[in-house]
Amino acid sequence: MSASTNTDLIQYLLRLGDSAMVQAQRLCQWCGRAPALEEELALMNVGLDLVGQARNWLEYAAELADDGRDADHLVFRRDERAYRNLLLVEQPNGDYAVTILKQFFYDAWHFAVLQGLCHSGDARVQGIAAKALKEVTYHLRRSGEWVERLGDGTEESRRRMLAALPQVWRFTVELVDADAIEQRLFQAGLIGNPEQVALDWQHQVEAIFERASLPVPQPASHFYLSGRQGVHSEHLGLLLAEMQFLPRAYPDATW
Amino acid sequence: MYAQLVETGVKRLKTLEEMSEQERAFQERIDAEIKIEAKNWMPDAYRQTLIRQISQHAHSEIVGMLPEGNWVTRAPSLKRKLQLMAKIQDEAGHGLYLYSAMETLGADRDTEIDKLHSGKAKYSSIFNYPTLSWADIGAVGWLVDGAAIVNQVVLQRTSYGPYSRAMIRICKEESFHQRQGYELLLTMMREGTQAQKDMVQDAINRLWWPSLMMFGPSDEHSPNSAQSMAWKIKRQSNDELRQRFIDQTVPQLELLGCTAPDPELKWNAERGHYDFGQIQWDEFYEVLKGNGPCNQERVATRRQAIEDGTWVREAAVAHARKKHNKNAA
Repeated sequence: MSASTNTDLIQYLLRLGDSAMVQAQRLCQWCGRAPALEEELALMNVGLDLVGQARNWLEYAAELADDGRDADHLVFRRDERAYRNLLLVEQPNGDYAVTILKQFFYDAWHFAVLQGLCHSGDARVQGIAAKALKEVTYHLRRSGEWVERLGDGTEESRRRMLAALPQVWRFTVELVDADAIEQRLFQAGLIGNPEQVALDWQHQVEAIFERASLPVPQPASHFYLSGRQGVHSEHLGLLLAEMQFLPRAYPDATW
Repeated sequence: MYAQLVETGVKRLKTLEEMSEQERAFQERIDAEIKIEAKNWMPDAYRQTLIRQISQHAHSEIVGMLPEGNWVTRAPSLKRKLQLMAKIQDEAGHGLYLYSAMETLGADRDTEIDKLHSGKAKYSSIFNYPTLSWADIGAVGWLVDGAAIVNQVVLQRTSYGPYSRAMIRICKEESFHQRQGYELLLTMMREGTQAQKDMVQDAINRLWWPSLMMFGPSDEHSPNSAQSMAWKIKRQSNDELRQRFIDQTVPQLELLGCTAPDPELKWNAERGHYDFGQIQWDEFYEVLKGNGPCNQERVATRRQAIEDGTWVREAAVAHARKKHNKNAA
């Protein structure tokens, strides 16, 4: 692997790991507050899968970077400007309509991305993706079913979904809009075709929204923030302050 | 123990002669160690006692997610975060098992949960104490789950089949949590800084006595025990179980290099047990009545969750009905 490809791949692994980690952190905030016991179980289950995936991606990123930091260091000691997660996953949980839409958009994207990564020229990436894909298949099925239930449930649930949609939709621009790093990694055969990811995502959203009788909005437009470049919304800093408190307060500690 | 002070509604045990034929057949079945199953005849007081006990147990699993959930967003490493999330997930699962076991007795889950939210039903007193540092999470795993296991291992032999089978499944997962909790503390004590060691001792100081209270009132003040023991819902007395817990926990405490906040705690060679100091029973009864440190917050959080989630559950029901009608058409 050339040095520049190596740098690109590290960036990309951070994106995958950080998104999974931040999404899981949001799910943790639901603990004890979910609308049903079965949902407590499901939210924690999905979160657990995602923390496991974050650890796998970030361990590999740390090995490639080889600068003395490990996965824990990457999670608990990086500031928000160094985080590379999607803007979508850092958004607050809101009500269950917001939470479900965020989860669904992320899962549909995640599923398409992982399918591509299962054919990566990098064996390690391929292996992690294959394991993650099994988990995300379940996540997507679950969140898709909830979109359907809430979109085509009661008047109240539909009203809430319609209110949540514009709040969440604008952040989907990052899911379908590949940048130069992704293009180069695709050319190098390390990740799947970003255009395919965008198409698969769009189809998945259209299919589920149709079943939920929800309108698919026009494609979201760029709005001057980029989680992938470390330019986040104001929510991430607070999320990290909570998540990183202990390792920051006790830097010499072993947990 | 996750169920404390369960009312049986029975003032005095009946002798076999005083029992009706049905009651006698039931008691003989109990005495012969044959499990009672959902469709068997049972005295109404037995049924009601079990509903109270199993629902209290289930509520404890659910309310018990909150003190740990308080730290799940702040767990200090990936490994610890994964462990805690898995544990909380298991607890939600235990709650589901137990509500199912309770429903075999004809009780309704939502009705019993309403009783929790209106303050009529109890849950374990331990979950009314706050988690103030990360070490509390280890101490909860070690002491609280440890106390629960001592109780639940015995309940695997409880006379009601569905409850007994739920306990067998739950104990397997619970033992795992307890070992993880202890390992968490051991890591802080052996590899940690002085600040971490202080954190561990402080957690033990605050949670030691509340853990001992989990076994319920002392035998002399446990008016419901005799009937529960005769029915073999309970298999051992509160004080016996508490003593067993202390005897097995003190060596673990010593291995940690920590102390208990009890100057009277010492080995009694004559008894072959540890002697220990007086439990603050006033505190126990106050906490159980609702005047503990976190009672209001715990119940309010659970009530809020179910209230806020009403529209979600209603949507799920409405959607299922639409789908059903579509398929039927």
